[in-house]
Amino acid sequence: MNSFSRNRWGIYSLALCIGLFLLIFLIVPVVKVIYVAFQDPNTGALTLINFVDFFSTSLFQESFLNSLYVASMSVLLASVVSIPLAYFTTRFNFGGAVLIQTLGIIPLIMPPFVGAVAMLLLFGENGSANLLINEWFGFTIPFMEGLNGVILVESIHYFPFILINLSAALLNIDRSMEESAQNLGASGTRLFRRIVFPLAMPGYVAGASLVFLKVFDDLGTPLLLNINNMLAPQAYLRISSIGISDPMGYVISVILVVFSLFSMWVSLLALKGKDYSTVQKGGGGLMKRDLRPWEKIGCYAVVILILVFVLSPHIGLGILSFGTIWSFSVMPDAFTFAHYGNMFRAADQYIYNTLLYAGLAALIDVILGTAIAYLVLRTGVVGRKWLDYVASGAVAIPGVVLGIGYLRTFVEFNVPIVDKPLASWWVIIVISLAVRRLPYALRACMAGLQQVSVMLEEASENLGATKSRTVMRIVVPLMSGGIMAGFITSFATASVELSATIMLVSAESDAPLAYGIYEFMQSAAGRGPGAALGIIAVVIVGIATYISHRVIKNFEKKRTAGVVVTEGV
Amino acid sequence: MMATKLNSVLTVAGAILFAAALTIPIQANAAGKLVVVTSYPPDTTVTIGKAFEKATGIKTEMLKKKTTAGIKYLQATAANNTSDMFWASAPDAFEVLKGDGLLQKYKVKVKGIPQKVGSFPINDPEGYYKGFAASGYGIMWNTRYLKAKKLPVPTKWSDLEKSIYYGHVGMSAPSRSGTTHLTVETLLQGEGWEKGWAMWKSIAGNFKSVTARSFGVPDGVNSGQFGVGVVIDFFGLSSKASGFPVDFVYPKVTTLVPANIAIVKNAPNPKAASAFIEFLLSPTGQGLLLDKKIMRLPVNPKTYAKAPKGFPNPFKDKSIGSAVKFDLQLSKSRYNVINSLFDVMVTYRLSELRAATKAIQAAEKQLMGKSNAKAKKMIQQARALISKVPISATKASEKSFNKIFKKKRKKKSVKVTGRQAEFEQAWDTEVKANYAKAKALAIKAASML
Repeated sequence: MNSFSRNRWGIYSLALCIGLFLLIFLIVPVVKVIYVAFQDPNTGALTLINFVDFFSTSLFQESFLNSLYVASMSVLLASVVSIPLAYFTTRFNFGGAVLIQTLGIIPLIMPPFVGAVAMLLLFGENGSANLLINEWFGFTIPFMEGLNGVILVESIHYFPFILINLSAALLNIDRSMEESAQNLGASGTRLFRRIVFPLAMPGYVAGASLVFLKVFDDLGTPLLLNINNMLAPQAYLRISSIGISDPMGYVISVILVVFSLFSMWVSLLALKGKDYSTVQKGGGGLMKRDLRPWEKIGCYAVVILILVFVLSPHIGLGILSFGTIWSFSVMPDAFTFAHYGNMFRAADQYIYNTLLYAGLAALIDVILGTAIAYLVLRTGVVGRKWLDYVASGAVAIPGVVLGIGYLRTFVEFNVPIVDKPLASWWVIIVISLAVRRLPYALRACMAGLQQVSVMLEEASENLGATKSRTVMRIVVPLMSGGIMAGFITSFATASVELSATIMLVSAESDAPLAYGIYEFMQSAAGRGPGAALGIIAVVIVGIATYISHRVIKNFEKKRTAGVVVTEGV
Repeated sequence: MMATKLNSVLTVAGAILFAAALTIPIQANAAGKLVVVTSYPPDTTVTIGKAFEKATGIKTEMLKKKTTAGIKYLQATAANNTSDMFWASAPDAFEVLKGDGLLQKYKVKVKGIPQKVGSFPINDPEGYYKGFAASGYGIMWNTRYLKAKKLPVPTKWSDLEKSIYYGHVGMSAPSRSGTTHLTVETLLQGEGWEKGWAMWKSIAGNFKSVTARSFGVPDGVNSGQFGVGVVIDFFGLSSKASGFPVDFVYPKVTTLVPANIAIVKNAPNPKAASAFIEFLLSPTGQGLLLDKKIMRLPVNPKTYAKAPKGFPNPFKDKSIGSAVKFDLQLSKSRYNVINSLFDVMVTYRLSELRAATKAIQAAEKQLMGKSNAKAKKMIQQARALISKVPISATKASEKSFNKIFKKKRKKKSVKVTGRQAEFEQAWDTEVKANYAKAKALAIKAASML
């Protein structure tokens, strides 16, 4: 009884701490900004009139439908790209798996606006591809026209969300399930359709809903492609051009939040009432089989085709970084190393800041993510669902809004010792990144925990382990796949984030890479050096991601080795 | 800096997670470092910042922000200001800051700067901000693109109305870019309200896109996404100087405006800030503006002696920027209304406008060499429908009407009726219907030919 109440106390104070963090760094700043949506623009009194205006404005209705269309199509295209990749890596003994696991994550680690620049040069109306097609066949293909461009760039950028989460889920599937199905006569696509894919559903839904939400609220890509008639750009353009007190931008922000929560709720409903957990771990994962030679060739062909497609922004950026002048031609006029020389004058500080900020932010995220996932799925803490909703809702807060909110809330709060307003201290950038990326880590941790059977914890506690010991020794290790996926997604995407950072960087020595690239890309002579910096960013973040991947993997291996021994006994 | 940051990493993580306020001191901004909030790219800021440090020994810290973001940053941090200077192009941005009382007056010591460039005063008459360079809007084009598509070089605004440029022109929106706003306003003042808008809409009918950032226009021309762009001079001149196959020209109707610099109120380093202004206006500082990556028009007429051949000189060539007597008060009186009108009629309805323009241009082409009075009249009607502006020039400048579009919240005592969103929706409905009607008329006219 005593230990029970101690556990409760611990859990409640944990929930309280997380709640406080979310309150201070998410709710208060956003409420400060969103409050405007409910103010009469003329008198300042509280009103709902702005929402009436929103729903009776045809431009906003169109923007809403466009955003919905683009987000859905992006999920579709991202699924087409990632499902085969995830399936091949987890199902077959196939050398290409390493290729997929390393190259498949790379698209995430490039700021989408940089990707859009490269994609325009390759696939734009007068880009390389269309210049060639026009020369050979006399017509052009509108890859990048209007909403097509946004869908293409977004799905190429965000499909790793599905790939990572789906792969993690597939690896966690209990082999005995598959064996039973095979014993009962299922095989091939039927096995995949009826057994494997449904069991991996939590991972897929986690990834797909992330892609949907991210695309729904992404700002940089449509802006760079000059698409105005979507919700997020409308909110941004409203706030940045009409002015901070124009209510419509804030109304759109409210709508974005509400809709995102709604779609998350729908995805929860889709999974409700189904048990995805597996009792047995350690011997888990699908049965891998060897490929016949012709199958191998087919698999390689598909994988390489997909990888070339999703890596085209990087290929384009690489060419841009080595090219002299690239204008209305298939390839640049000549090649040079000069851009790399120009870029290095500022790069080391940017790189250091990026690794520091993104690393810290991802660390905060997986700790919070694991804690919230545990509170939600394993405890009866009052309001635990709300922790989940609030933390996940951060995904729907446009970066600009969060940035303005932070400026408004923390400018008059002086950090002791440092003697600087919190709003212009570099730590605020870390916090904003952590808050913005928390939903990713949380989804991944949730999916990880969902696959751990509660029976294992009960067993642990029956054997006399305390709650916290059970969490540390049983739950966290078993869900480490999910935690790892969460850390990598948070880290990689935080390192290329721009929208909130651009509001919060108050000294150039505090600026991260994405900011540096953006700065370079704002002048004619800076496009080459900017691209070179982009390539450096991809390489460095790629290496850092790979190292963290290895570290966690090694750690896991050591421990599972121990587990196997005890199982053998 | 790096080491101190690393030292504090663990502490920071701890502080955040356990809400404990144990922090190791972080190096604050070194005292005496000049902090400049600027909208300029590193090509400009690094070059000038380095030369300034060489001349005076004062280190600078350039904070790159979009002009509008810079204003918001200064407004938000005013209570605890850490910036010394604001350095950007659009004069109206400085007007906003001046209006909020965020700028410090300063009297320049350097001699030899004239009162006006073109028809625009170089310095703020009240002495809050100073012009250090002039810039004007013009037309920029990609020579390879024009050659490949067999297009002639445009030299006048009216050239851009021609149907041959359909889908080849790019521009930013006045609500996004202060200098684009100036171009729109200049043409409206030069041609008159009705004719000016008619002209803008015929040009906009040829747009490939309305870019969200002002740099999106030179970027698009440089990479060949579209062939012709309406840009500020230094974008065109510096792109050319960087080796891109592009060129730039000032059309007759253009306005030269000064790009400015000002000291922020309660600046931590006011002495260093005034030294920066003096340096920028000195012969050395002015000479730096001719660097091939910067390419801005100096405000000191003597500096032009060092300029490359063919570089425009507004102090000698009086045709640049003097055709229009720019009325700053008129511009100010309808600033936000113009932004809103352009967005409603062009930016957000570009696809409808393009479709209608295409139909009209097709009908006009068919009409050529034929005489069909009825079809001709229908095409004229279609053109008129497109040109239509929802409000008159008088209404646009009306004080009480403008209050609805004001950026800042009004005092409670000021009574305002109507909301911006309400008006914009009404305009949008009207504009959309007009474009659709125009398209239908043009198609009908074409079918009669």
